[in-house]
Amino acid sequence: MGKQDVGGVRMAGRTMFQKIWDDHVVADLGDNFFLLHIDRHIMHDLGGPAAMLDVKQRGLRIRNPELTFATVDHAISSAPDRFGTTETGIRLLTGLRAGTRDAGVRMFDVGEPGQGIVHVIGPELGLTLPGALLVCGDSHTCTQGAMGALAFGIGSTELIHVLATQTLVQPRPKTMRVCFHGTMSPGVTAKDLILHLIGTVGAAGGSGYAVEYAGSAIRSMSIEERLTVCNLSIELGAKIGMVASDDTTFGYLKGRQFAPTGALWDRAVAHWRTLPSDDDAEFDREVEIDVDRIAPHVTWGTSPEQVLPIDGVIPDPAAMVEAGKRAAAVAALDYMGLEPGRPIVGTPVDWVFIGSCTNSRISDLRSAAEIARGRRIAPTVRAWVVPGSEAIKRQAETEGLDRVFTEAGFEWREPGCSMCLAANGETIAAGQRSVSTSNRNFVGRQGPGARTHLASPAMAAAAAVAGHITDVRSLGA
Amino acid sequence: MKPFRILAATAAPLLRDNIDTDIIIRIEKLVGMTDHSELGRWCFGALRYLPDGSENPEFVLNQTPYRGSEILLAGANFGCGSSREGAVWAMMQIGLKVVLAPSFGEIFYNNCFQNGMLPVVLDRGSIEEIARELEPDAARRSVTVDLERRSVLSPRGKEYAFEVPELRREALLEGLDDLGLTLKREAVIAAHEKRDRGLRPWIYQTVEVP
Repeated sequence: MGKQDVGGVRMAGRTMFQKIWDDHVVADLGDNFFLLHIDRHIMHDLGGPAAMLDVKQRGLRIRNPELTFATVDHAISSAPDRFGTTETGIRLLTGLRAGTRDAGVRMFDVGEPGQGIVHVIGPELGLTLPGALLVCGDSHTCTQGAMGALAFGIGSTELIHVLATQTLVQPRPKTMRVCFHGTMSPGVTAKDLILHLIGTVGAAGGSGYAVEYAGSAIRSMSIEERLTVCNLSIELGAKIGMVASDDTTFGYLKGRQFAPTGALWDRAVAHWRTLPSDDDAEFDREVEIDVDRIAPHVTWGTSPEQVLPIDGVIPDPAAMVEAGKRAAAVAALDYMGLEPGRPIVGTPVDWVFIGSCTNSRISDLRSAAEIARGRRIAPTVRAWVVPGSEAIKRQAETEGLDRVFTEAGFEWREPGCSMCLAANGETIAAGQRSVSTSNRNFVGRQGPGARTHLASPAMAAAAAVAGHITDVRSLGA
Repeated sequence: MKPFRILAATAAPLLRDNIDTDIIIRIEKLVGMTDHSELGRWCFGALRYLPDGSENPEFVLNQTPYRGSEILLAGANFGCGSSREGAVWAMMQIGLKVVLAPSFGEIFYNNCFQNGMLPVVLDRGSIEEIARELEPDAARRSVTVDLERRSVLSPRGKEYAFEVPELRREALLEGLDDLGLTLKREAVIAAHEKRDRGLRPWIYQTVEVP
């Protein structure tokens, strides 16, 4: 689409972000703040129960229970049969059940297809639609922007605001476009692309922006790969990450449980096709990334920006110019127990975690299983696979992936957030080193004193087999 | 919400970049929480305590002149990471009311305003300048943050202007929250919804197809 002539005035094209934002403006509050309509709100066990109680105590009601959904993921145990769920976890589960029943909100409960990590089930159930505005009390809600939706995480007070009014007061962010050009080499995944980007522009590089991922590499990605890319937007500092919907998106959505059907589907698709950024739309910042030269990546520090290609060496803080970055690097190396100048390959590993809203979907499990098949994990390593949802778990079992993993020595677990943030009591011991397919290598993220290296599912599986950080390509990926 | 207008108080420097919300408050302290008052002792837990649970003497807020500071001078991307509002609650519990940083995690930044805490964006150079004034003279650690004038006054009286969204500034000065104001807009919300139902009916027909 080119420039439009409106009343004799040449109008610049709009970005996808701007089009979707405009569709949701209930009121312009001035000074770049807007009251926005919320199309979808997904609650989880950590934030949901208290927020619903708060709304009730204020004498208010959930304004649109039909646009509100809930599941249990954060505090539930991933142990077989959920044994080991803490008392608190059970209290939160019970609270979520009671609150949703009371308000008429659809909840996807334990053991039911539909239960899973919020950002996995949204797209999987067809709840997350292109052009929709979706929020959830979790920063990785940006994941769901991969559907061509505007999706972002909110805090507790905002959550109550959404429940009571189905709206939210938000400042309009600036826009950034990141174009990934080219083709991923063998052994390189969507996770490596986004880690590379964060390493390039920094963990605050996207702060204040809504990021649109574009370019040939994004276009040729599956929905699951796009979800992984968008998932780490918040680690780039951006609350919002999105990918324009296309035939891949529509193909993925059609026939899903909550997706529109019949004439309504056709009407929706016709609208969705108008949403991609216009050719002449302008972005406040543009970044170009050449995909062909990207190697598998792994983090070395305690911020996702502290990342390097697998054939790289651990950087020396003394060579860093900015004092804040240098201080962070010194602290990170101390915490991680690593020395500057040494290759990252060969670093011994105690734990491997395959799961989280970043990398727990069926394609992630298939790619890890490909590495695990016919091999054994190193005797010094403990390795878990935690599928992102009940549906994924069942699909993987149908394909026999659970057996591939267990025969290789991995533990096959129940769906949830598990060790990504250790909110359910599943932690890695102090001083132990983990390769994790999750999104945050923060200090203590996987348990007090635990040392986390972020990587792709195939790289994590390779580390489990080797017993140390290794290049997955050396295993023939 | 308590209004915020002006604060003259001790400031503490914590100039490392990317202090994330997991560092500010660990998730399990929030999972089991029944009251905000429980959070104070766990605030900055990863930095504040040694592995054996004793206080880390290296951590600035454990050092005598800075303990109980109400203003924090921070590095870039402060409060990055999770959406947990508990990060703000925990900081308020140890008496912090203002954070000055070159940039903030966006959700954290929003959450501050929901609780009457003021996040101030100042460039890195200015923050380092203010921090340098703090160190040599123990008697001059007081920084003044004036929201009405949108200015920060260093211990030696150098003034730094800052910007803050006007909507947020007014709400903070008056102690107003978003919810009260939005509830008064129900008619506008209903009108938007009615129009939108015609334009995008698929959003509202959340029928489950088995």
